[in-house]
Amino acid sequence: MYKIVSKKELTNNIFLMDIEAPRVAKSAKPGQFVIVKNDEKGERVPLTIADYDEEKGTVTIVFQAIGKSTKELASFEVGYEVADFVGPLGQPSELIKEKIEDLKKKKIVFIAGGVGAAPVYPQVKWLHEQGVEADVILGSRSKSLMIFEEELKKVAGNLYVATDDGTYGFKGTGSDLLKDLVNNQGKKYDHAVIIGPMIMMKFTSMLTKELGIPTTVSLNPIMVDGTGMCGACRVTVGGQVKFACVDGPEFDGHLVNYDEAMRRQNMYKTEEGRKELKRIEGDTHHGGCGQCHEEE
Amino acid sequence: MDRFKRVPIAEQDPIVRATNFDEVCLGYTEEEAVQEASRCLNCKKPGCVTQCPVSINIPTFIQYIKEREFEKAARVIAQSSALPAVCGRVCPQENQCEGKCVLGIKGEAVAIGKLERFVADWTRENNIDISETLPPNGKKVAIIGSGPAGLTCAGDLAKLGYDVTIFEALHEPGGVLVYGIPEFRLPKDTVVKHEIENVKKLGVKIETNVIVGRTVTIDSLLEEEGFQAVFIGSGAGLPKFMGIPGENANGVFSANEFLTRNNLMKAFKEGYDTPIKAGKKVAVVGGGNVAMDAARTARRFGAEVHIVYRRSESELPARVEEVHHAKEEGIIFDLLTNPVEILQDENGWVKGMKCIRMELGEPDASGRRRPVEVPGSEFILDVDTVIMSLGTSPNPLIASTTEGLEINKRGCIVADEEGRTSKIGVFAGGDAVTGAATVILAMGAGKKAAKAIDEYLSNK
Repeated sequence: MYKIVSKKELTNNIFLMDIEAPRVAKSAKPGQFVIVKNDEKGERVPLTIADYDEEKGTVTIVFQAIGKSTKELASFEVGYEVADFVGPLGQPSELIKEKIEDLKKKKIVFIAGGVGAAPVYPQVKWLHEQGVEADVILGSRSKSLMIFEEELKKVAGNLYVATDDGTYGFKGTGSDLLKDLVNNQGKKYDHAVIIGPMIMMKFTSMLTKELGIPTTVSLNPIMVDGTGMCGACRVTVGGQVKFACVDGPEFDGHLVNYDEAMRRQNMYKTEEGRKELKRIEGDTHHGGCGQCHEEE
Repeated sequence: MDRFKRVPIAEQDPIVRATNFDEVCLGYTEEEAVQEASRCLNCKKPGCVTQCPVSINIPTFIQYIKEREFEKAARVIAQSSALPAVCGRVCPQENQCEGKCVLGIKGEAVAIGKLERFVADWTRENNIDISETLPPNGKKVAIIGSGPAGLTCAGDLAKLGYDVTIFEALHEPGGVLVYGIPEFRLPKDTVVKHEIENVKKLGVKIETNVIVGRTVTIDSLLEEEGFQAVFIGSGAGLPKFMGIPGENANGVFSANEFLTRNNLMKAFKEGYDTPIKAGKKVAVVGGGNVAMDAARTARRFGAEVHIVYRRSESELPARVEEVHHAKEEGIIFDLLTNPVEILQDENGWVKGMKCIRMELGEPDASGRRRPVEVPGSEFILDVDTVIMSLGTSPNPLIASTTEGLEINKRGCIVADEEGRTSKIGVFAGGDAVTGAATVILAMGAGKKAAKAIDEYLSNK
């Protein structure tokens, strides 16, 4: 059993929890994720690691309460113990395998969409600790939905913010802002890391390809075990089938078959679920349900 | 009574059982078991024992059944096997112990598996504790994986007084016994849980949710956590796909995924959160035991199920009993048939599978006649779900994170007969070494490795 030691609602239905899991905290690296199972009858849900503290033995997760399991998890209070918490899973970010002196020569930009800010944070923080200041573009639909701004400000080189509705910072998507920075403000980047909803990663990757910036994305397909034994999370990258849980979750953003990935994400979504998403997201519904990309 | 005829065993009616997940074979009653046991000739040189991978003293335990000394029978089995209720159910006895039973020459072999199962079930139902261990020797051994190989190795070492910890990646111990083999062949709450409890009673600790290679490494267990030896019994859980067009369509699953959702996550049970989609018409590609399990599971969700296999019936790798059960339950066998493409509708869901007819040509290296495509014989099988059951290979995670551990070109860990790997103090066995095989072979490997570990640590 794994104890919830702190809990915070960051904004509208997005929750942060510190969970006691000493073995995971000790081994976690930026870019990895965990699988959480609430109780005996629960399903195994993959969630990104937003931070970790080896001394306290805690791992920070950030999630949007959207389906049955995440809503239930959000309802648990401090002191409650979740049944299973396994990780760290997946390959660590490829950045941490590079030589520090090489990283220092690179201009890196992170583009985070919505809850994607959470997995971006440990990577930017790690780079900061190595003396590498990466730029971060933080995009969300509206000011009230933005998370991790303060945390990222402390570790990013430049932090740029964008909201779809213009309530804060640049008006438009993170992708629009990147385009503006590169085309109008003379910014040059050697590498981009994009993390957010699949549709956002698809369109932002199309832009970075156009701009000639090598790109990494972190995929979030359906998973069951998360250890490579089932292939539920398989994605096509550069024409080859990969298991996101062991080969990824990070892949070359210019090689991912996003349409297939979005379609597969949708496999277990019900009619009710799609309606609920549309209701919550209203006019700003951007295809998080994986079926609306034609509307973009 | 006819010495050459087996005492028949009760089974659930095929029509009823195809709608539930309860066990198909109901097992012998006490009277039936005693009667079946009395057929055994108690051979001086018993062929059956030589064919059992863990060398259970079969004639002795059967004689005890005959005398109604069931506890004594259980103790005889326990000397060799930690999981008799499992093995009695899932071993391919026809190729092992029962294959060498002398009665099998003229008639039917003694139902050794069913008798073993009877003893194990009787022991459980009567709460008989048969665990005995030597005093602790203060030496720590880590076991990677809680499948049949790991449980056996752990049990044997614990009996010798070792301080044993099993590390399991999933949230439930048992390996293939919990995620792979369905409830209707191997009940989880009664049989599997109980056998694992028995291993724990010997003092074995089980830490779930620990992925070796991610959460900890073998090197960290040896260098930081004070373990003096490690046994790797991590199995072969990496599913294969065909690489044909359309294989990533919605509605195409690996048998591992389909079975894991159902068996481990209990998708079939009311109140459990994990979803499963079985579809109305299902094709299961492959002919092994896993294919039969997947097909019979899909059938229990009400689907019309086809087994699609590229060779003919006599080459089916699945157990004869399972094929028989599958047929009784209404599974359709499309033999000498191979998929070439999975067709999708406009939303990316499976809408059919293009197949080609095969015929058997010359024998290949394995001695089996090689299936060859019949030109121009393509046709479309009308299905909405495809389950790929083409076999599995070992997960590369452990080998890739352990310094100095040799693997072969099939990704299997290289180990000698006694389970010694290329790394001192590290032993391995079961599917991680052989590639996908059987429960009992994994147990045999776990047993040998336990012996080798004991020798290694005794001389250290």
